[in-house]
Amino acid sequence: MNIITYSAEQQEFRKRLRDFLEREVSPYVDQWEREHLVPKSVWQKMGRGGFLCPSISTEYGGIGGDFRYAVIVAEEMSRTCCTGLAASLHSDVVVPYLDSFGTPEQKRKYLPGCVNGDIISAVAMTEPDAGSDVAGMKTTAVEQGDEIVINGSKTFISNGVNCDLLIIAARDPGIASKHHAVSLYLVEAGTPGFNKGRQLEKMGWHSQDTAELFFSDCRIPKQNRLGENGSGFMMLMQKLQQERLTCVLGAVPAAELVVEWTVERCRTAVQNGKPLIKSQAVQFALVEMLTEVKLGRTYMEKLVMDHIEGQTIVVETSMAKYWTTEMVNRVADRALELVGEYGTLEDCPIVRAKRDVRVMSIFAGTNEIMKGIAAKFMGM
Amino acid sequence: MELTRSQKEIQKAAQEFAKGEFDKEVTVELEQSRSYPAELLQKAAELGFVGLQFAEEYGGGGLGLVDACLVAEALCRKDSTMGSAVVLAAFGAECLHRFGDKKMKEQYLEQVTAGKMLAGIALGESDRGDDFTVLDTTATRSDNEWIINGKKRYVTNGGAAGFYLVLCRTEAKHAENSGVALILVEPDRPGITVADLGDKLALNSVALADITFADVRVPLTNLVGKEGQGLAQARAFLDEVKILAAARAVGIAAGAFDRALAYVKQREQFERKLAQFQITRHKIADMATKIELARLITYRAAADFDKGKADPTLSAMAKMTAARMAVEVADEAIQLFGGYGYMTEQEVERYYRDAKTIELCLGTRESQKDRIADLVIGKLK
Amino acid sequence: MQLLSYTEDHHRFRARLRKFLAEEVTPHVDQWEKEHIIPRAVWQKMGRAGFICPALPKEYGGGGGDFLHAVIVIEEIARTNHSGLATPLHSDIVVPYLESYATEELKRKYLPGCACGDIITAVAMTEPNAGSDLASMQTTAEEDGGEIVLNGSKTFITNGINCDLVVVAAKDPRAAEAHQALSLYLVEAGTPGFSRGRRLEKMGYHSQDTAELFFNNCRIPKSNRLGAAGTGFYMLMEKLQQERLVVAVMAVAAAEGILEQAMRYCRETMGPKGPLNRSQALAFALVEMSTEVKIGRTFLDKLIVEHMAGSRIIVETSMAKYWTSEMAKRIADRALDLFSQAGALEKTPIVRTFRDVRVMSIFAGTNEIMKGIIAKMKIN
Repeated sequence: MNIITYSAEQQEFRKRLRDFLEREVSPYVDQWEREHLVPKSVWQKMGRGGFLCPSISTEYGGIGGDFRYAVIVAEEMSRTCCTGLAASLHSDVVVPYLDSFGTPEQKRKYLPGCVNGDIISAVAMTEPDAGSDVAGMKTTAVEQGDEIVINGSKTFISNGVNCDLLIIAARDPGIASKHHAVSLYLVEAGTPGFNKGRQLEKMGWHSQDTAELFFSDCRIPKQNRLGENGSGFMMLMQKLQQERLTCVLGAVPAAELVVEWTVERCRTAVQNGKPLIKSQAVQFALVEMLTEVKLGRTYMEKLVMDHIEGQTIVVETSMAKYWTTEMVNRVADRALELVGEYGTLEDCPIVRAKRDVRVMSIFAGTNEIMKGIAAKFMGM
Repeated sequence: MELTRSQKEIQKAAQEFAKGEFDKEVTVELEQSRSYPAELLQKAAELGFVGLQFAEEYGGGGLGLVDACLVAEALCRKDSTMGSAVVLAAFGAECLHRFGDKKMKEQYLEQVTAGKMLAGIALGESDRGDDFTVLDTTATRSDNEWIINGKKRYVTNGGAAGFYLVLCRTEAKHAENSGVALILVEPDRPGITVADLGDKLALNSVALADITFADVRVPLTNLVGKEGQGLAQARAFLDEVKILAAARAVGIAAGAFDRALAYVKQREQFERKLAQFQITRHKIADMATKIELARLITYRAAADFDKGKADPTLSAMAKMTAARMAVEVADEAIQLFGGYGYMTEQEVERYYRDAKTIELCLGTRESQKDRIADLVIGKLK
Repeated sequence: MQLLSYTEDHHRFRARLRKFLAEEVTPHVDQWEKEHIIPRAVWQKMGRAGFICPALPKEYGGGGGDFLHAVIVIEEIARTNHSGLATPLHSDIVVPYLESYATEELKRKYLPGCACGDIITAVAMTEPNAGSDLASMQTTAEEDGGEIVLNGSKTFITNGINCDLVVVAAKDPRAAEAHQALSLYLVEAGTPGFSRGRRLEKMGYHSQDTAELFFNNCRIPKSNRLGAAGTGFYMLMEKLQQERLVVAVMAVAAAEGILEQAMRYCRETMGPKGPLNRSQALAFALVEMSTEVKIGRTFLDKLIVEHMAGSRIIVETSMAKYWTSEMAKRIADRALDLFSQAGALEKTPIVRTFRDVRVMSIFAGTNEIMKGIIAKMKIN
């Protein structure tokens, strides 16, 4: 039984994407990892190839596809091990804010660029002192005439260096209620007062240009507010389900890939004169990894279908986010152990995978936040 | 950490006693009929295995908690249930020994160490073993008497003990913890109702009951130590017996391990001994490692206690670690035995249940972590 | 997305069964647990009400339903919190051997009784020295004229005391190859030379009459052999997929029941700071337990659909058997912690479940056997 069934067009899309990635991405990943950046031209090629923002309607240049396209992109991107080309973040997390809450003018102005790769987007929520605690946010946005003046700083922003358009969360210091003070704003790169800080050195995601962003009397037109004033928190909440599901779409295929490599490695590596795979302990470990991956895959696919059907599955996606991201970490840990000393060399693909997957249980709301949310929605 | 010669001798004596006296069929019978092994306790007491850490003048061994732990471990290793029953005979006497006056000790401790009386202590009033935030039992002073009212839950040896140390409020609930005291209550005082808690997951031979006190009158001299010290005494008692519980857990795990080890060396499947399968070998290696880790922290906690450096953090860590370890090791022992592991005859299923009971009593994992975190983090500014 | 498609008929069946169990079973469970046996009359009532062999074709007196009916029976029996009334073993594991491999004559003779509850069946594979290793079986079956003579002993036989008909696996000592020596035979209770040993004392499953069986020159007609001589191993293999799936259904149903009770207890019991589920540690524990149960349930439902579609899913059902039975055990263990000292009292219902689920990772092939099978099929 295939829980997710793909149309002929979707299968064709996957094939084209895979060809594209094999040609334009995979050969360069190592280089980008060293350079800590993916060239903007690659985003443009990918956009022009039709692989960015497939959910955006044709009116704005997209193909108006359902969430299955997101699954395809996430799965195919996983196989490239390129974390820098954060197409899922752009297409399935950031741009949907604009798509759902933007005015027709805002959409006309930005969406076609988001789709064709000219505009790389980022979302700025996290601050040095407000990680998982969105209510503790300090960046302010104050109305002055027709303008909004933004002050503050944001950190851990994916696409922080490359981004052309930023969706930033900031609060109106004049409003007491923390939840009603937050709004989202669109800030273009190059706006005076908006500065990109240093690119952050990280355990993994080396080709990803994660950065700090600073706002010092950064003035944007009032019409760059997204949605109603004070509805930022509501908008964030509304999009979290898809954001978490997107994390799951990153975690499960990564785990599958790690197991695939590990099985292969254990087949060829020899210890004490026999292939590693002949060891019962190694076999059992692989079986346990395969099983967990399969469970994660099945749950992921079911949630994808529930999401497409429009169900509210906040509890389930929170659960899936924490479980699959922990699972991929367990799998990667175990995989490294199985391959032994080879697992200490960068040459071993599992090493990069391990460095890359570690952050999954932290970003998009730590797993502790996920459990807290699930508990809350379950009435505890 | 090296055991002294005398400690090694005591350990050996306890092992020999257990080997000679414990009989799994008798255990199963006692468990089914829910009868306490009184004769066994008597014999253990005669050999000095009850109250090793108590002063000699009260019939104790004049030794330390390390010695008591070695005995608890040895007894539980040979039979998790009977070992536990013998160790729990004195459950509460530890508190009397530390905080009671000479007269009380002469009257009760001597009988406990002689194996003629079971001790009793009634602290908690909820499902949670070490939670005293709910403390509604009161002791009101009236002329020469305390009048006690309230309901205590999960009293070990409840209904069978020769005395109960009851945690009571002697003042209204104004200041935090100040007006709390331990009062000794004789079981034959009018107004005491014992409600047995029925069949249990394990340890059916040891009574467990809720006890209600309705206008129970005892002399003022039954106060243990000073008024206002009750909570501190209860905590100190728990810190001590948690180490003993950890020692029982280590013994239970070691006993389950012994049996599993013997079995895998003998059982053949697929034309090989189970002990020849790598997966079995690794399980055995994991089990042995876990036991040793828990044993080390337990001995360390007991040794610090004996040096007068009792560390409540270490007590909680030892109890939590050893109990969890024992559940996991006994569980794996069942798995190694396969279908036989599930059968009463092979004992390991009983070891598993006994281990789980240790984890559930004296505060669960969560309670221990709360306590450890309190002590490690301290007061926040 | 609903993976399982229950029809109105299924829902009605479940409702009727739930009512039946509430009236005829639940009130007596504590007594049966003490008596260590279930009265035969209960089987008969249950059979006559149409709840035994619900998937057996109507022409043999069965319900003519499908595997979902079987799933419903397992789930509803799990809700009664006892494991003695082993009709799922009978209906979904033992009787299918007859249904698939018996001659028309034998089917007419036994199946109607099996369906109406007059005949209680058992399957006898395990021996004192042959647990997971079927090949080392020692019970022999030798042809002697028109008869078969059985000798040997079997152990851990569910329904061992109550059974009227036993499917016995035995070896022809003259056959050269171990796997081709095995055949399955039908032995009726009361056949001279067939005796029941003692009922075995166990950690749990107290109302279940697990026993040893002995065969001492036990003579049965040759026509009581199931299928062709020497095909026993093959038949066992064929039926293992459903057997493992049945265990997975039991495990998930048990875990769901435990979770429901733990949630209720933590909601309704007051701790030091309000309801227990306000404790972050306990709330997180409940979230983690719910997550595992949901993931197990999703995987299980998918496998049920595939099994019903006739797919060959040996690897997946082996994965499900081991993972869900371990999961149920973890959930039971964790749930006891939440009950704290009340978790040590038999009057707390989940204590029985805790004792009962422990065997699930052992029976129907230990979990180590499951992992070995997966390794063999998937890795080697």
